[in-house]
Amino acid sequence: MGPLIPNGVITGEWDFVIAILLGIAFGFLLEASGFSSSRNIAGVFYGYNFVVLRVFFTAVIVAMTGLLYFDYFGWIELDKIFILPTYLAPMILGSVIMGFGFLLGGFCPGTSYTAIAIGKLDGILFTVGLFIGIFLFSEAFPLFEDFYYSGFIGNVTLTDVTGIPAGWFAFAFTVIALASFWITMIIEKKVRKNIKEYKF
Amino acid sequence: MKKEKLHNTPHYINPYLGGVLLGLLVIITVYITGRGLGASGAIKSAVVTTADAIYPEGARENPYYSRFISDGHSPMYNWLVFESLGIFFGGLLSGIIFGRVKKFRVEHSPKITSKTRLIVALLGGILFGIGSQFGRGCSSGAALSGSATFSLGGVIVMLLLFGTGYAIAWMFKKLWI
Repeated sequence: MGPLIPNGVITGEWDFVIAILLGIAFGFLLEASGFSSSRNIAGVFYGYNFVVLRVFFTAVIVAMTGLLYFDYFGWIELDKIFILPTYLAPMILGSVIMGFGFLLGGFCPGTSYTAIAIGKLDGILFTVGLFIGIFLFSEAFPLFEDFYYSGFIGNVTLTDVTGIPAGWFAFAFTVIALASFWITMIIEKKVRKNIKEYKF
Repeated sequence: MKKEKLHNTPHYINPYLGGVLLGLLVIITVYITGRGLGASGAIKSAVVTTADAIYPEGARENPYYSRFISDGHSPMYNWLVFESLGIFFGGLLSGIIFGRVKKFRVEHSPKITSKTRLIVALLGGILFGIGSQFGRGCSSGAALSGSATFSLGGVIVMLLLFGTGYAIAWMFKKLWI
């Protein structure tokens, strides 16, 4: 039956209504989890607040496992869903640049929108920066067009590349996530004892 | 005194509850639309729209803009633009419910000034914007939704985005603690 829109169960005219409703739920969860604050987010890199790791890893393992169950029960055809393509070298470079942006800015795009919503000027500046960055990228695009399309492997999943069933990856991620929840809980307690700059 | 302290504590939901709900939201989104959530795509649409409005000929010759320009409709008429509007309103709704919507302010570590924070936030945004184009998405579209659908590229972005953050955190310690 699913995915509903690609399979024509829901017609295209509902697309944008659904987009806004899903967006509202997304924004609500980001803000309610504390991601409208850059200092909460950056805490993951200094050990004083691991909320990003907790929310993000939990979401990934729930979504991974859930999608496999949906597939198992025949509710969704996984071969009809969009798989993000892999362009190896450009994506490696892009992630490293995003890593710098994340640490300096303390936001990622989605969280900066929620920061603006509650009145954070730094959220506005971050979003303006996104606009400038994408503009600069686009204007300079002819210079590195070949690189941008290099290293294309396809719209591949971990299973396509390794031959290991998706369930094993979901299991491995779950184990890693649970271990990291436990370890970071200990780290956070120790770091918070010696920190004055941040109020909890 | 105790009451005042309680009042100053931000009321965030339990992070594991937030994570479970966010994971369910990804499943619902994939179930309905066949793809995951995103955020940087909306700004890209805004950039393309602006370029097309200011210098349509140049924009249409540019091999990047031209991928997203069509004569049928504006680049703003796009799923991710509507979804991102939703993100803003969802954030506003949560902020109102939990009492965090206040007049415009800058949040920063006591070790830096507001001005420094604003400059660094702008710089961070610029880098994130550039990186998201090479990365085929940001933390929402690539790292979260990509990883959740077992995409190799998604997992690479997730690991390297956070990995880079940890690798360089010591350099920018003063900005945060």
